[in-house]
Amino acid sequence: MKAAVIQFPGSNCDYDAVHVLKDVIKVETELVWHKEFDNSDYDAVILPGGFAYGDHLRAGVIAAYSPAMRKVKEMAQEGKPVLGICNGFQILVESGLLPGALLRNSCLKFVCKWVTMRVESTSSAFTNKFKEGSMVRMPIAHNEGRYFAEDDVLGELRENDQILLRYVGENPNGALDDIAGICNRERNVVGLMPHPERASEKILGGDDGRMMFQSMLEWIK
Amino acid sequence: MTEAMMELSLTREEMEYARKFLKREPNQLEWAMIDAEWSEHCSYKSSKPVLKLLPTKGKRVLLGPGYDSGVVDIGDGYVATVHIESHNHPSAIDPYGGAATGIGGVIRDILCMGTRPIALLDSLRFGSIEESEHSRWLFKYVVRGIADYGNCTGIPTVAGEVEFDESFEKNCLVDVICLGVGRKEGLVLAEASNPGDVVILVGGSTGRDGIHGVTFASKVLTERSEEDRSAVQIPDPFTKKLIIEATLEAVSTGYVRGLKDLGGGGLTCGISEMADKGERGIEIDLSRIYLREEDMVPTEVMISESQERMVFIVENGREREICKIFDKYEVPYAIIGIVIRDRNVVVVQRGKKIADLPTRFLANAPIIPRRAMKPRVKRAKPKFELPKDLSATLLKLLSSPNIASKEWVFRQYDHEVGVRTVVKPGQGDAAVLRLPNGKFAAIKADGNSKCCDLDSYQGGASCVAEACRNVVAVGAEPVAMLDHLQFGDPNNGEVFWAFSQTVKGIADACRSFSLPCIGGKVSFYNEDKETGKAIKPSPVIVVLGLIDNANHIATAGLKNEGDEIVIAGSTGLDLGGSEYYRVLGVLDGSPPSIDLKLERKTMKAVLECIKRGYVSSCHDCSSGGLAVALAEMCIIGNSGAIVNLEKVPARRLRIDELLFSESTSRFIISTDKPEKVLKLFRKSGIPSAKIGEVRAGPLEFSSKRMSFACSIQDMKKAYGEAIQRLVEA
Repeated sequence: MKAAVIQFPGSNCDYDAVHVLKDVIKVETELVWHKEFDNSDYDAVILPGGFAYGDHLRAGVIAAYSPAMRKVKEMAQEGKPVLGICNGFQILVESGLLPGALLRNSCLKFVCKWVTMRVESTSSAFTNKFKEGSMVRMPIAHNEGRYFAEDDVLGELRENDQILLRYVGENPNGALDDIAGICNRERNVVGLMPHPERASEKILGGDDGRMMFQSMLEWIK
Repeated sequence: MTEAMMELSLTREEMEYARKFLKREPNQLEWAMIDAEWSEHCSYKSSKPVLKLLPTKGKRVLLGPGYDSGVVDIGDGYVATVHIESHNHPSAIDPYGGAATGIGGVIRDILCMGTRPIALLDSLRFGSIEESEHSRWLFKYVVRGIADYGNCTGIPTVAGEVEFDESFEKNCLVDVICLGVGRKEGLVLAEASNPGDVVILVGGSTGRDGIHGVTFASKVLTERSEEDRSAVQIPDPFTKKLIIEATLEAVSTGYVRGLKDLGGGGLTCGISEMADKGERGIEIDLSRIYLREEDMVPTEVMISESQERMVFIVENGREREICKIFDKYEVPYAIIGIVIRDRNVVVVQRGKKIADLPTRFLANAPIIPRRAMKPRVKRAKPKFELPKDLSATLLKLLSSPNIASKEWVFRQYDHEVGVRTVVKPGQGDAAVLRLPNGKFAAIKADGNSKCCDLDSYQGGASCVAEACRNVVAVGAEPVAMLDHLQFGDPNNGEVFWAFSQTVKGIADACRSFSLPCIGGKVSFYNEDKETGKAIKPSPVIVVLGLIDNANHIATAGLKNEGDEIVIAGSTGLDLGGSEYYRVLGVLDGSPPSIDLKLERKTMKAVLECIKRGYVSSCHDCSSGGLAVALAEMCIIGNSGAIVNLEKVPARRLRIDELLFSESTSRFIISTDKPEKVLKLFRKSGIPSAKIGEVRAGPLEFSSKRMSFACSIQDMKKAYGEAIQRLVEA
């Protein structure tokens, strides 16, 4: 089992993801510069948070058209786990691997805080180790995290049980239907606004996020 | 702009000195280079003699003042680097761009030591956001500028402070601090010492932005300052992020022999300071420099302060390997010159020498002796009635912008990126970050302009003490400090007197705490020509502390019902410059005076309590006094407490004085081992007492004569919502 964390120019949670995978979850993990990414080398891929290409034009859009993402799509088609965290989620949405869009937070400000979420579905590459309906806490840190989708898309997400995480109590960014994370129909591609890598060690305030990466291992098994 | 239009800020004496030294008339380009390098901002020509008072040696200090950042040995082969910068003048005109480029600058100071920036702090001062629309605008956009820049570069902004006072109405103060870590053997200095080494300019292109930035910063602001907008640089955090990664990768090759960021004074200051430190010269070819605009004249190129630029000195023959790394990150670069044996800074264009100045001469401005004049002050104890409703007074203090939660600010900052932030904003008195060697760094910035205005010496010393207390309160031992000294026009004798006294106070405190100064900055001319008003003297002190063990980290929120509350230190009539007086509109009174020996003993004892595991929570008692400190502990911990005011060690004080006095050397601790804590304090000769208990319900104060209480909900509302309400109304 070998995971890749893709580093785009402007990625900034790349080292954090590598740290958690390598040092906490103990999975062989490589940080790969986007131009050097070869999908055949890896069993799973993580698109880390940050500001790929400075979020120029629109968050995630430039990275979405990079050659690296063509290879990520191949991995997705092969059923390998693909996780987009924060900016990575934005890239997945922009590249069409996940439906919907991520709009500017309704408060029009960057928001960094710990939020509580409910695990709505445990049937995915990154949530299978959770208990359905359990509450988890992780931090968010973004400017554009307000999930939006057309009515029919939202209907499909609900129908196919593709909504994985919902904000509980406070919806920090105005996301439609309190959506914090979703997956594709095949359930191997997951995008979420909260940062599980920042919530994988108790000393940082909680370790609910760890289960996401352990779910990934379970999925590959 | 033509050469002839360049305005110089040099004095007649300085120009005379230059002519005499060179035995010739410098040409226009040379004059501009001298002008930039000799600006107050770059040369410290007024402050140098006074700054000599500060102790700079310590067992952990590897590099002190005079480098791009201070370097501290944190053990196990690792170093921490810290630097503070301000961007006051630019932020006063363009708050967003000014603050963002301030962050950009301080990040480069850490980076160019070859260390990775891991945390940012901000220390901000504005006019009253209750009264002034202008100050609200500045505040809002300064915060946004810091957020957008810091967040994008992936460096968490982990702590800070904000003060509001009318004296900052026209001159806001925007101080930014950066902490870095790296391997000791990977340190790079800003030196050019090997002739033949290659000079590479990396990063952003050179444009007209920031022209005359340093001379602009070394003037008072006028109504025409708007026209100086081109003196404010343009921020580009995305390029900065690439430069960070490219620089660290380049440094890891071992071929980078010198590294310097281009900030104030641009290329001129960058290369002359590197050459001076390395006791060599540098020759650069202007035609190699990539420009943003075509028709720039040599002077503009040499003093432009365009952002996101670094100068690398690379071992001769290794430049191709280094440039490959820049290619990977698609960072622009150009080989612009070489290190030469002669100790001269030489500028060449199309084969023609257009400037040639001795390094030593250029990098060391003549000192300007300044006159200090003691101002006359009268201080009376103000007389006013005891407020009828003390719970209302406490709520009012909690909602005063100086005390109220800065959550509106820190929610906009990504303070978690990097997965190092253990004590986060709003949880404790200082930020705590984990380090690669398993230890923890605590860091905090503090200032108190009101006290420094009333008594500069005491104010300076108290600032150091407060920053230390904050670091101690999270369980860290203070190991190094930096000072940023912000004053008005040094030509004014009273301003210079306040400056000298402040530095004296800081130096005495540092000596007393065995705390070395590893860096800092001086910013003069923070005054407004229109009103002729200078800012209040505003030293900002940054203290770095170390914690060996995760079990020794303390936070401020009350934790366990049934814990006892203990106060260390005694309370006197120290209300001059207090937030209580400010809220009441009282301007008189004596500021807190400080007993440095007692302060040191108290800090040591508190640290010992934390290390021994006696402490559930710990908070320093400062702005707003005892009542506010307790309220904050309740709010953060979401718990109530009952406090018996009769028990508080104090001089004879009226109840409001006891509640809100800002006496120094005080801590509040909640503990389940009160006897052990008290014994330890008694042994050290520190006044202390058990004053209450943590329990559910409100925060309740009682004395023989009266009692009052505030519910946690009311306090949370007052404390938590005040700033957002003011800014977003």
